[in-house]
Amino acid sequence: MSALALPAAVPALNRHFRFQWEPAQDCYVLLYPEGMVKLNGPAGEILACVDGERDVAAIIACLKARFPEADGIEQDIREFLGDAHEQRWIDYA
Amino acid sequence: MSSAGSIMPDSAPGEVSNPLWLLAELTYRCPLQCAYCANPVALRYNDELDTDDWLSVFEQSRALGAAQLGFSGGEPLLRQDLEILIRSGRELGYYTNLITSGIGLSEARIAAFREAGLDHIQVSFQASDEELNNRIAGSRKAFAQKLAMAQEVKAQGYPMVLNFVIHRQNIEQIDRIIELSMELQADYVELATAQYYGWALLNRDHLLPTRAQLERAEAVTNDYRARLNGSGPKLIFVTPDYYEERPKGCMNGWGNLFLTITPDGTALPCHSARELPIDFPNVRQTRVEEIWYRSNGFNHFRGYEWMKEPCRSCSEKEKDFGGCRCQAFAMTGDAANADPVCSKSPHHHLITDARERAEQGMQQQPLLLRNHHNSAEAERLIAKG
Ligand code: SF4
Ligand code: SF4
Repeated sequence: MSALALPAAVPALNRHFRFQWEPAQDCYVLLYPEGMVKLNGPAGEILACVDGERDVAAIIACLKARFPEADGIEQDIREFLGDAHEQRWIDYA
Repeated sequence: MSSAGSIMPDSAPGEVSNPLWLLAELTYRCPLQCAYCANPVALRYNDELDTDDWLSVFEQSRALGAAQLGFSGGEPLLRQDLEILIRSGRELGYYTNLITSGIGLSEARIAAFREAGLDHIQVSFQASDEELNNRIAGSRKAFAQKLAMAQEVKAQGYPMVLNFVIHRQNIEQIDRIIELSMELQADYVELATAQYYGWALLNRDHLLPTRAQLERAEAVTNDYRARLNGSGPKLIFVTPDYYEERPKGCMNGWGNLFLTITPDGTALPCHSARELPIDFPNVRQTRVEEIWYRSNGFNHFRGYEWMKEPCRSCSEKEKDFGGCRCQAFAMTGDAANADPVCSKSPHHHLITDARERAEQGMQQQPLLLRNHHNSAEAERLIAKG
């Protein structure tokens, strides 16, 4: 199990990956040398908030505002970002 | 693997998924002469697609969903319009990759490509030292140029993949190859054992390592992996299928992910398919959508209907699709046969014979470097079988 992302950490996309919306896949993807990761809905929405400026707390606030009906997403977001860090998709500034 | 993403397309069985990967072989011309080159041995250099043809191919393929675009060859740097092609690829939303020997690269060109939006560069090396590298590449200046360019690629902030084709002449120096990659700060290192198509098949006796060599090389690689422990380059070791008992699921299935366009516009489901006795469509006459979904060439080996025994009734056919069609054809004369790598194939002895020859160090004919002069000789040898 990877470490939870800390609220004050500021994640930024690893510059070896490109994050974009793929119409043909109908989802967000990460592109990297010779590969592509298709992201599920929540993962895509979280990474869409990663801009190298917001800290984890701000990302959580932003997603809570966008999805007010979703419960207990704080833990999910921190888990996913921890996971993404381990996969080297994001770095902490 | 994270639960958040998956790499493979998830189309239902029987349904044709869209192309994800476009390989643009811009030219067969190349300043090097690698004896393991996978280009066709009957080298035809003329009649290349022009800039507008390529731009149209990129646009059409992107509309179908292709997301990775590789510029390869031959040596793609020989195309004067490469920068224009990169820019267009990037603007269309592709992740763009230049696959090069490094010959013809310069600091200025690397910067121009960066500005045009190139995402990453893969530089191929033939060995870790000058003497052997240049002998394999058939060029006296290649190694120094490659080193300089790999350093420059990193200096300009690209993610860098180094590609070493591994074979019996350089497999013993795999530790030095890895050391070199670490020095050059590669992000990914492909230690890819030669695949026996095109020129490589003709030169197989000179290239296929012995099992002991291979096992040692894998052990050394694993050693470095453990030592690096996630830092430094990611080492990708590609074993030769000649030492397997089951074939690889070639191209993840025929006409499933990969679309190769050759210099003259012929569309192929994989870069070696040109050698098959199949009429493949050309982007000069046919739209890419038509080619991908409806051409005979691309539908030829989709699904399982085309299979012969032992594949037809085999429980593993959904795993490996009967292996590689090109290998089946080159070795057995019938592309619908099981890949001889499979121990269930009645032609499996062709593989075990090759292993035996590697063990004995037998060489039927001298090494043929890939060049114009040897092309006729190569064709003669293939015709003779
Ligand atoms: S394998 Fe060698 S000869 Fe063939 S295209 Fe690549 S660099 Fe040129
Ligand atoms: S018999 Fe054919 S389908 Fe079965 S494992 Fe061998 S190659 Fe694959």
